[in-house]
Amino acid sequence: MTKNPEDYTSKDLATDQDVRWCPGCGDYSILKQMQGTLAEAGVAVEDTVFVSGIGCSSRFPYYMNTYGIHSIHGRATAMASGLKAARQDLSVWVITGDGDSLSIGGNHLIHLLRRNFDVNVVLFNNEIYGLTKGQYSPTSPKGQVTKSTPMGSLDHPFNPGALVMGAGSTFVARSMDRDPKHMREILKAASDHKGTSFIEVYQNCHVFNDGAFGVYTDKDSKAMTTIFLKDGEPLVFAGEEKGIRLNGMKPELVSLSDYSKEDLWIHDSSDRYKALMLTEFFDDQSKEDALPRPFGIIYQEDRFRYEEAMQDQIDKAVEVKGEGDLDALIRGGHTWSV
Amino acid sequence: MTKTTEKKRDVVILFAGDSGDGMQLTGSLFSNTSAEYGNDISTFPNFPAEIRAPQGTVAGVSGFKLQFASVDIFTAGDEVDVLVSMNAAALKANLSQLKRGGTIIANTSGFDKKNLRLAKYGDAESPLLDDSLEEYRVIEIDISKMTKEALVDSGLGAKEIERCKNMFVLGFLYWMYNRKLENTEVFIKNKFAKKQQIMDANIKALKAGYYFGDTNETFTSRYEVESASLPEGEYRSIMGNQATALGLIVAAKKAGLDLFYGSYPITPASDILHELARHKNYGVKTFQAEDEIAAVCASIGASFGGAFGVTASSGPGIALKAEAIGLAIMFELPLLVINVQRGGPSTGLPTKTEQSDLMQAIYGRNGEAPMVVIAPHSPSDCFDTIIEAARISIEHMVPVMFLSDGYIANGSEPWKFPSADDIAAIKPKWADSEKSMTDRGYLPYKRDEKLVREWAIPGMKELQHRIGGLEKDDETGNVSYDPENHEKMVKIRQQKVDIVADFVPEIEIEQGEDSGKLLVLGWGSTYGAIMTAVRELIAEGKPVSHAHIRYLNPFPKNLGDVLDRFDKVLIPEINDRQLVHIINSKFLKGALPLSKIQGMPITSKEIREKILETLNES
Ligand code: SF4
Repeated sequence: MTKNPEDYTSKDLATDQDVRWCPGCGDYSILKQMQGTLAEAGVAVEDTVFVSGIGCSSRFPYYMNTYGIHSIHGRATAMASGLKAARQDLSVWVITGDGDSLSIGGNHLIHLLRRNFDVNVVLFNNEIYGLTKGQYSPTSPKGQVTKSTPMGSLDHPFNPGALVMGAGSTFVARSMDRDPKHMREILKAASDHKGTSFIEVYQNCHVFNDGAFGVYTDKDSKAMTTIFLKDGEPLVFAGEEKGIRLNGMKPELVSLSDYSKEDLWIHDSSDRYKALMLTEFFDDQSKEDALPRPFGIIYQEDRFRYEEAMQDQIDKAVEVKGEGDLDALIRGGHTWSV
Repeated sequence: MTKTTEKKRDVVILFAGDSGDGMQLTGSLFSNTSAEYGNDISTFPNFPAEIRAPQGTVAGVSGFKLQFASVDIFTAGDEVDVLVSMNAAALKANLSQLKRGGTIIANTSGFDKKNLRLAKYGDAESPLLDDSLEEYRVIEIDISKMTKEALVDSGLGAKEIERCKNMFVLGFLYWMYNRKLENTEVFIKNKFAKKQQIMDANIKALKAGYYFGDTNETFTSRYEVESASLPEGEYRSIMGNQATALGLIVAAKKAGLDLFYGSYPITPASDILHELARHKNYGVKTFQAEDEIAAVCASIGASFGGAFGVTASSGPGIALKAEAIGLAIMFELPLLVINVQRGGPSTGLPTKTEQSDLMQAIYGRNGEAPMVVIAPHSPSDCFDTIIEAARISIEHMVPVMFLSDGYIANGSEPWKFPSADDIAAIKPKWADSEKSMTDRGYLPYKRDEKLVREWAIPGMKELQHRIGGLEKDDETGNVSYDPENHEKMVKIRQQKVDIVADFVPEIEIEQGEDSGKLLVLGWGSTYGAIMTAVRELIAEGKPVSHAHIRYLNPFPKNLGDVLDRFDKVLIPEINDRQLVHIINSKFLKGALPLSKIQGMPITSKEIREKILETLNES
């Protein structure tokens, strides 16, 4: 029996397939939150499509009781573009990883973002190639020792937030596998956003890069290294002991014993300039005076969606020229008789 | 002096000049006028490789060749009867194509010192002045000067006047071949509707050229090419890429699907994108993707969503799409891939024609990834063939490759177009939320007797399923690493392609006896040249026949039998024996090659000579 979307529970979103990630992998948590979020989103499972590329995370569609495409390496974003262009009515999610969408599929990601198809992209960032058993990825820090970089990697890593801001993303957010509640909120906001939503999730690869984000996710350090953004609220962290204020054009780390909350940077996710700055909060946390890493919705903007504009042009063409007639098309402009 | 009119059966004119001289337009206008007069027509534009090659140089020469005739013809002709040379470089680049005794119309101001130097003729060695052109008839006209004089009162600047000189040449040729100016006048009036001065100047230049022929004492003979006895009906002129685009729109409508066309700009395929983008009122969605891979992937995504996904490119782009085409083969979804072939490998010869992607089309993917391959043989044939390709792709749930080439894509011919009602409906095999359900749930890879699976698209209740590029279990479509299942699936994908042969027409002999000494077997754009050569030789009593393969993979079921009925098989190709290799490995036939790999079509003369040589050998 077909259930009403209002009556879904997480179970209605799950398939009968065995989930095959390594025990302890951060992907489990994301899957769970996704199923929970969609159970509440009110969208029918048959109107939802998950599209992925290749990598550990890209197994995701097999576990969602929706329509799904497990495509080829790096191309999920391109495939989702065509799907959304053809079918505006669908809710489309792209599941990808740091290798999949920032290395082999980098080109398609930036073009999806600038076109602003109404698609939600969840990037599982684990700073490693897991499926191919442990090579450094485009987000691995310089110097990372992996199987392919025994003396340390030479690549300067991508800053995904800054990259997608530069590509014209209309929704930029960050979350982490170890904070299910926060992830739920962000997934929900992404699903509500009209336009491409980009969510970077810090995801622990238990096997090949364990603890890569420990400094942000571990209880002991989390308070000092993370800042959770909320619109209209000041940038405070470290148990309300510290905050960020804008000193002219520069973010400055201050103690709340010296400044009051009113003096601080108030988060406004519609402010593009501030968002650009927030994505540059990308310090190595071992550095003294490192700025904390922001989590939450960094930027959000309402901009026209490609698929809608595409349909508008078609509607306009029909309005001006009339519905196309096949015989007129075949005849063309100029004919003669023999 | 009296002027005589001489009758001709067919004439080949080559308009050649600098890329800025408007030769393409001049050629098309002459073609249209002659087509309307009732001649059969075939055209072949030859563009320079660079968009703006240095003026006056051989690299910058743009040519438009056309043949018009009082009989039916199949090519733009081999040897040229009339070579219009707007400058020295145009003559240099094309003289080798001119028939002995042919006519050169030379624009003398294009043969000044500067032009001679740019064309790399030795200092002051104008070919018009020495005796190098002795065996031709040279008509020297200072076209630039005459145009200037005609337009002295036009109020236009020197540059704009200079641009009208192609109309003067056109007018002169209209006089030479007894053609009326009306058709071209109407064109000029429409084109420059908002620029009165330019409109007037072009018409004046056109008339000036015509009157120049009429009044000038030197030209005593005019020619007459009577109308051809083409089948009765209504005609239009059509180019290959245009016919391809129109066919796509018709096919999608006939299947009740939205057309989604994902493409990345590439010569010589881009004109299909341009044409489709003009027809949005037919619901066409064109998507200029960020690269070739995105173009094919977006089209696959659209097909997954229930649209008719089509992508197009030329050889280098098809190479980039290969992985995704393999995915579509595993998905078993409709996908049409158009390859408008050009000279390769790598970037190769972008503006020149070649048939060198046949092996790529049939074999060029990783793993066992068979796909249907089908090739049109002339510009107007693109229309029927692309609809046929769409039908196979949609009704059999398989990706199909359509192999056109630069010669067909840019060539044009008169087309006795069909009525939309005469084109059969295409029937997608839709899944159904209730009927498709089994006691094992929904099985996305369950097949019918044609091995075709159903098309279940998002929005269909209860039929949610996930497909991917990992090997899948038969019927359920779940990921499977089972060794026997893999072998089974590989064979099924091959059979799906093979079965198509049961649903397409058998190959027929185009001309000549059904059996005998020699069969000329062609595919794609060599059709016209083979038709012409074989027709002549049959008229001369030679034992030769012609068959042409449209379905390249799978081959028509009777192809082996047809080949066996001939002592010898000759295969002309614009590549290094690709079909020869395939035919010989499949049918052990010992077929003989006629290869030409010069970025140019094979001529009927070359085919004729090879046929005679082959017949003499036995
Ligand atoms: S390799 Fe790493 S990312 Fe992949 S499933 Fe295992 S733990 Fe997860």
